[in-house]
This record gives sequence, structure tokens and C-alpha cells, in this order.
Amino acid sequence: MNNLVEMSQLGFQRQNRTIFHDIDIAIPQGKITAIMGPSGSGKTTLLRLIGGQLQATQGRVLVKNQDITRLNRRELYALRKRMGMLFQTGGLFTHLTVFENVAFPLREHTQLSENMIRSAVLMKLEMVGLRGARNLMPNELSGGMARRVALARAIALDPDLIMYDEPFSGQDPISMGVLVKLIRTLNDALGLTTIIVSHDVPETLGISDYAYVISDGNIIGKGTPESIAHDNSPQLQQFLTGLPDGPVPFHYPAHTLEQDILGQKSGEPS
Amino acid sequence: MITHSIAALGRLGIDILRSQGKAGLLLYGAIFRVPSIRKGFPLVIQQIYATGVLSLLIIIVSGLFIGMVVALQGYHTLAKFGASQQLGPLVALSVVRELGPVVTALLFAGRAGSALAAEIGLMKATDQLSSMEMMAVDPLQRVIAPRFWGGSISMPLLTIIFNITAIYGAYLVGVKWLGLDAGAFWSNMQSAVDFHADILNGIYKSIVFGIVVTWIALYQGYEAAPTSAGIANATTRTVVYSSLAVLGLDFVLTAMMIGGW
Repeated sequence: MNNLVEMSQLGFQRQNRTIFHDIDIAIPQGKITAIMGPSGSGKTTLLRLIGGQLQATQGRVLVKNQDITRLNRRELYALRKRMGMLFQTGGLFTHLTVFENVAFPLREHTQLSENMIRSAVLMKLEMVGLRGARNLMPNELSGGMARRVALARAIALDPDLIMYDEPFSGQDPISMGVLVKLIRTLNDALGLTTIIVSHDVPETLGISDYAYVISDGNIIGKGTPESIAHDNSPQLQQFLTGLPDGPVPFHYPAHTLEQDILGQKSGEPS
Repeated sequence: MITHSIAALGRLGIDILRSQGKAGLLLYGAIFRVPSIRKGFPLVIQQIYATGVLSLLIIIVSGLFIGMVVALQGYHTLAKFGASQQLGPLVALSVVRELGPVVTALLFAGRAGSALAAEIGLMKATDQLSSMEMMAVDPLQRVIAPRFWGGSISMPLLTIIFNITAIYGAYLVGVKWLGLDAGAFWSNMQSAVDFHADILNGIYKSIVFGIVVTWIALYQGYEAAPTSAGIANATTRTVVYSSLAVLGLDFVLTAMMIGGW
């Protein structure tokens, strides 16, 4: 199977803190791959590394067989036209209408006539079910609608790869259902390759073909959703089932309670 | 203890140099990564509207009142020496050489500079800049450059408008209210004000102030922490740094102009 994105021995540090340590991730073409992990585990950073917005401190990131860390600005921008990314907040331009938001990449990168842009935008909006909302401003949309508009914008240039950053967080059950269905349908209908970064376990595993779970800069689990669900690793099970205590402790490192209450001093907290 | 202080000093130095470098790169990008004329021209016009036209009210009202106050104060002082006929030159010279560019720049920093910083900071905090980058559109070219040019073009135009309204304010007080002769007011002014040494030098100052204030605002917005507190800090810093830069640069420019450098 061809891999659209390959990260090998990837390392990334920020402000002396190691975010990733020597990880290998492959994203197969035409499939939905989920990257899951607790908050702060660097999932969004991973997407930014794939998009070339951040530079890996070690290892390689290959997108469509091109090493993204070695591209110049022109080549990087040419590659980005083949990628779509849906940000957690949507990232819609607040001063433009829904229609103009979706038309933005077309106006920037194509010489299409106004009529063709109109048809293309209406078709994309139809796919996400918001053709009727084309004249609204972003501040008039609900959170779920804003994400769907951003999705229409992300697929405006018919990319090969689409990346979703926490698409389900803060969504009501109906919007969540709509987004889950849309991600699956768009992937299959448009022949996309999809990466979903999320910590919403059931929804994400429900639609993905393959999944990685990362924590503390390492991959703690990978495989099909079924094999991940049946993996016995305590760290993975704590994340998947949401146990409050386990390998990731409930308590932030501190002195023992007795020492703190009774005022005994015994060096640094362990 | 001493090594800690030296290390802290070193870190501070590196941080300052780093931010100066980033600001320099931003300015370079804003000047040289201009979009094509077809796409860039409407964007710059939009920004001239946002920074220039929308600042008109505060500039005109302030100009009018500052002109009126300078005339009132000047008249009473000049009258003591029997030189009240010199009110025209007094007002015109102080406005076109100093008050016009400086006060306009301070008002511009408060009105347009803070708005620019907040707008860019908000675009950053809501991932609008990142999503633009991911759509293969360079935010420096699409967002920063038009704002830089718009702000830099607006500022001298606003200064000219400020100068005109301030002088008109002085005319209202001096001639219409205090009863100076209109002919003497205008002809004394005309003979005392030199186009190059006074008017143009004032405009040159305003061009420098326009570039500096817009640059500071754009940099503060672009480098703001992507949170509400980050945006609030960016707008505050824009106004404070711009005001200090304008006043400091005004002294340097005046010294250069008077010294004939």
C-alpha cells in the first residue's frame, strides 16, 4: 500500500521540552488515519509538522515523497495546495461571508471566471449541507456550522490530503454525527487521504481505518481500531477507557500529604 | 548569584536581539513581498480606508481644537509684546513643523495602530493566519504588506489634513473671535512659512512616523501570544512603544533638520 505521508525517526523539541522522540508514523493513501492522545501530547504539533508550519528537529517528514523539511518556500506552497487542513476553531476569515471564505483559495490560486467560482463554491457548500447559508457571516454560524464551512473551504482546491485538528471537540451530538458522516463520505467520495487528530475515542475509532495513540512523545499503540481496543497495555487502556488514575497519575507530583500537612521538609517533591 | 545575573542578562540580550531580528524580517517581508498590482491595489486601498478614512474624525476634531488652543494661548502671550499680528506664523510654524506630525502620529497610534495590532492578533489567535498559510497563501503578502503600505500612505495624508484643520481652527479664534485682521493673519503666515524647510520637513517626519507606527503595530499583532491576554498586551504595547518611538524620533529628526544634515 502506498503511503501519502511518512514520518521516520521524527523528533521535535520546543523550548528545551521534547514533544516527540524518535517516532515513526505512516499515513496510507485513501484511508482515514486517526492520531489520538491526551491533551498536550503534541497532536496538533504533528499536523503542523506535516503541513510544514513547524520544522522537525530530527528525522524526516515525507509528503507525497517530498521531504517537507528540505523544500523552499515556493515548493512548500505548491505542496500545500494539495493539502487541506481543518483547524479546531475553523479559522474562517471573520470579515468575509461564508461564500467568500470558500471562494478564497479559488480566487487566490486559480484564474476561474466568476461564474465558475460561483458554481464550484456552491457545489462544495452543497456537500457540507450549507448552500443556503452562503450569505451569512462567520459570527452568525454555530460552532458545528463554522467547522463545516471550514471543511468546504479546505476541500475547495480538491486536495489529496486533508487533516482535521480535533474536529469533534465541543460539538453537540447532532453536529458530531454530521461531522463523522461528512469525514467518512468526503474521504470515500473524493478519494482523499484523511488524518484525524482527536481525543474523542469512540467517534474517531468509529470512522478510522488505522490509528496511532501517542503519549509523552512516544507511540503507545497503533493498529486497526479493533486491535487498539483489544490492546492490553495499561497506558493505552487508561486513555481509551478514561480511567482517572493509572500510568498517568491523578496527582501532580508533590510531597506526601503527611509531609505537607505536618509541615515536614524533605527536599524536592519526588 | 552573579552567574545567574549574568545568565539572565545574556538571555535578555538574546531575547531583545531575536525580537529585533523578527521585526526586521517582518518589515522586509512587508516591503518586498507585495502582492501583484491586480490583487494588491484593492487590498491597499481597503487598508487606506481602514487606517486613514476611519481615523479622519479624531484627526479633524483634534486638529481643530489644537489649532484653536494654540491660537488662544499664542495670542495672549504675543499681545503682551504687541506682536499679536504674528499669530499666523506662530500657529503655522508650530503646527506644520511639530504639532502636526507628532500629534497626528500619536492619535494614529491610538486609533489605527491599536486596531491593526488587535486585528492581526485576533487573526492569529483564531487560526486565520495559520489557515491562510495552509491554503498556500503567504500572510505576510496577503495581510501584513497591504496594511503596512496602507498605514504608511495614510499617515502623511492625515498629517496634511490635521495641519489644515489646525490652521483653520487658529483662524477661527484669531480672526473671527479675537478680531485680528484676516489679511495680516494670512500674509504674515505666507511670508514666514517656507515650503521646503517647514512644510516638507513636517511631511517627511510624518512619513517616518507612519512607517514606524505601522511597523510596530503589525509586529506586535503578528507576534502576540494567541490568547485574549496576548491581544490585550499587544494593543497596549503598540500604543506605548509607538508613542515613545514617535517622540524619540521626533527629537532626532528635528535635530537633523535644524542641523542641516
